[in-house]
Amino acid sequence: MKVKVISRSTGEFTRERSQDLQRVFRNFDPTLRSQEKAVEYVRALNAAKLDKIFARPFIGAMDGHRDSIKCMAKNPNYLKAIFSGSDDGDIRLWDMASRRTVCQFPGHQGAVQGLTVSTDGSILVSCGSDCTVRLWNVSDANVADSDYLSDNSAKPQAVYVWKNAFRAVDHQWDGDLFATAGAQVDVWNHNRSQPVNTFDWGSDTTISIRFNPGEPNILATSANDRSITLYDLRMSSPARKVIMRTKTNSIAWNPMEPMNFTAANEDCNCYSYDARKLEEAKCVHKDHVSAVMDIDFSPTGREFVTGSYDRTVRIFQYNGGHSREIYHTKRMQRVFCVKYSCDASYVISGSDDTNLRLWKAKASEQLGVVLPRERKKHEYLEAVKNRYKHLPEVKRIVRHRHLPKPVYKAANLRRTMIEAERRKEQRRKAHSAPGSIMTEPVRKRRIIKEVE
Amino acid sequence: MGAKKENSDDEMDEKVKKYLRGEAANLEGLKDKKLKGQLAVREDLYGKSAKTAAKIEKWLLPSEGGYLEAEGIEKTWRIKQESIAREVDILSSRNQYDIVLPELGPYSLDFTSNGRYMAAAGRKGHLAIVDMKTLNLIKEIQVRETVRDVAYLHNELFFAAAQKKYPYIYNRDGTELHCLKEHGAVLRLQFLKNHFLLASINKFGQLRYQDVTMGEMIGNFRTGLGRTDVMQVNPYNGVVALGHSSGTVTMWKPTSAVPLVKMLSHPGPVSSLAFHPNGHVMATSGRENKIKIWDLRKFEVIQTLPCHAKTLNFSQKGLLAAGTGSFIQILADFSGSQNYSSYMTHSMAKGYQVGKVLFRPYEDVLGIGHSMGWSSILIPGSGEPNFDSWVANPFETSKQRREKEVHSLLDKLPPETIMLDPTKVGTVRAAQKKEKPTKKEIEAEMEAAIETAKDTDFKKKTKGRNKPSKRATKRREMISRAKRPFLEQRTQEHETSRKKQKTEMPKSLQRFVRQKAT
Repeated sequence: MKVKVISRSTGEFTRERSQDLQRVFRNFDPTLRSQEKAVEYVRALNAAKLDKIFARPFIGAMDGHRDSIKCMAKNPNYLKAIFSGSDDGDIRLWDMASRRTVCQFPGHQGAVQGLTVSTDGSILVSCGSDCTVRLWNVSDANVADSDYLSDNSAKPQAVYVWKNAFRAVDHQWDGDLFATAGAQVDVWNHNRSQPVNTFDWGSDTTISIRFNPGEPNILATSANDRSITLYDLRMSSPARKVIMRTKTNSIAWNPMEPMNFTAANEDCNCYSYDARKLEEAKCVHKDHVSAVMDIDFSPTGREFVTGSYDRTVRIFQYNGGHSREIYHTKRMQRVFCVKYSCDASYVISGSDDTNLRLWKAKASEQLGVVLPRERKKHEYLEAVKNRYKHLPEVKRIVRHRHLPKPVYKAANLRRTMIEAERRKEQRRKAHSAPGSIMTEPVRKRRIIKEVE
Repeated sequence: MGAKKENSDDEMDEKVKKYLRGEAANLEGLKDKKLKGQLAVREDLYGKSAKTAAKIEKWLLPSEGGYLEAEGIEKTWRIKQESIAREVDILSSRNQYDIVLPELGPYSLDFTSNGRYMAAAGRKGHLAIVDMKTLNLIKEIQVRETVRDVAYLHNELFFAAAQKKYPYIYNRDGTELHCLKEHGAVLRLQFLKNHFLLASINKFGQLRYQDVTMGEMIGNFRTGLGRTDVMQVNPYNGVVALGHSSGTVTMWKPTSAVPLVKMLSHPGPVSSLAFHPNGHVMATSGRENKIKIWDLRKFEVIQTLPCHAKTLNFSQKGLLAAGTGSFIQILADFSGSQNYSSYMTHSMAKGYQVGKVLFRPYEDVLGIGHSMGWSSILIPGSGEPNFDSWVANPFETSKQRREKEVHSLLDKLPPETIMLDPTKVGTVRAAQKKEKPTKKEIEAEMEAAIETAKDTDFKKKTKGRNKPSKRATKRREMISRAKRPFLEQRTQEHETSRKKQKTEMPKSLQRFVRQKAT
């Protein structure tokens, strides 16, 4: 007879010394656990509720400017700092951790229209409506030296005067060229006081400009004639242009997929395009109720933040049609510029009320050092919430966002109007010969034509 | 070598199937490419995690199960407990004993879910809590009343005893915490672990569910089938099954006053009931000395065994213990195809009447409560050798116990999640055909609409425009406006029914179609 009975010796299953961790044994057999799905559902519900309890996205406001903030720039080498330029010519360098001005760069006579930092973090380029481009030396040593004295001001390294007022500036990702947008698109070198190259296609002012993060010679601009133009510096002639129904206020390239860019449009939507195929938008991001003023991608390339004229900041997913998150405050007026911080944790918005505001990218995220066990728990709760977020109770909690009343009403109005249009279109279709009326998808509808 | 590899592959496939928890979703019919891609990635992840879990089960689990193999012409059911005791180690042989307490009545037992503590209740009022690891008596009290049943609540600190008039809840120290007056004279108590519900069946056949965290009475149902003391909880889905004297087995959930299932299982009264831990197999026994093994998915009998059974219990590994008189039989299905055959037997001393058999979780031990006290015997292969610390830990410290209590309270399931098929949570319910509201319902709706119309307040007009006659006409107008949709619907229905009748009749008879008097 062969017989064996389960016998567990206490020594094997308990810890030896009190300073050891308690031993944990796992058996993943489903028969040991009953009603797993119901337990997961309850956990998803609790996770959704806890998320809402811990959702405190607003960290603080950076106060100091005396006029509305029109542009911001982030230094890719130094996470804590952000540059901002306002309508009275004041450029400041902020330390986000203490939310104080580190350094001021006075000099512009009119509004500062564009700010950008070179990729090695040494030069800050600013352009303004006083037809000047100023280069400032902002290398690490310089910045670290300054000691939170708000009087600390710096002298520009170079000032270049040109013919017309400038509207935007952007620096090449991998070289020492930068381009300005104004009456025409000019390409400059750091050391030359005159533009190296000029592009002029179309008769209207260019209002925004962005270099491609992957291809250092490609840049995208948007102009007042409702067009988005792609330029290639090597060809010294514009490459392509797409004309839409409304003007694009800002463009941002996806840092992880450099062939895609997203355009923030005046008709409250953002359009994501594939630069190789401009005849149709890849995705339309709808949720704002007024013109979208600025857009910036997260360094992960998975999300982008937009700031709009309707006093809200929204965060979208790169392929999502609707926003994941909305931030608003009573004190925040028209948002003119937004930036996603380089560690993908924070969002900075600059608005009409002379304040820069710092927000968390994930509203209920725990800041600071998160222990591995805590992190695993957060990841688990996130995953279980995503698994059940389509069920009514959980969906109601996850989707709920408080909207300011004007935004809520405007959104309802927009919805009614769009619904009415759609219904009329459907009825027209129903009462005409099948196939005679073709509805264009929204991705195509807003584009008038593409020009080579 | 090739055949061996094939065998092990089959084994792994079986294990992987177990961890997959069902079939993969059919993604062929999806037109949404984005969704299809996302779901395909997820299915892939499920496959990988099931494979990893199967590998962990094969290689990383610390303990192996018990077994009993007979050699030569020896049969396993002839092997006696004494011969087993000689072959196993001292620690295990300590688990075989008889506690003789003849004057305190038939004993009922309950184990905590980790198998560490046992509560024993003698009919004459003796309540005892024993720590099974050290075989220490933690506390015993004499309540000086009939005690019919005992059940542990969520951990070893609390247990409920069904005493003569009401059930009471006691602390580990023997302090009486609560007297549950609403339940009445309870015959059987069962605790639903995930929902923190205490279910009881009393002398009048009333089934009650009480939430022990807040003390709220969730359900109170008259079964209508008389007095019964056969009650078991299905651990898989939380459904309470009662066996009645008419031979029917009914299954209940706390949110409905009618049973979920009513099945006629035996020609005479049902004497006991037991559920397999996987939730699909149930064993019932009747007075006609037959044990029936049911498949709960199809509600069909898989096997009928000619065996006496006054009490039944399934072990974690699927062994079935049946006890009558002073004889206990253990049945096992070796092939996995639900074909039970005799595995072991045990006869106690002649005068002992078995009251309750209960397998101890995570140990190869069977606890027997009988008329002269309680005993414990070794049944190799009955317990789950590998426990999961976060489900039930026999080596729990008090700190771990407190943490576990908090976590299980956070994960407490609402009573609505009890259903026959617990995997339906989170799935899409098949579209139900909307039933037409009955005439009564329509009339009720109309009444409600008229009431709201009557209740509306009118604006107080000035300058002579607020004449009572005008107000009266306005009110009448509001009421007729509220009635209008219902009347329209009624006329429409008449029209359609008339048309239908007309078309149903052959043409020559259509002019004789009687129109229903309105």
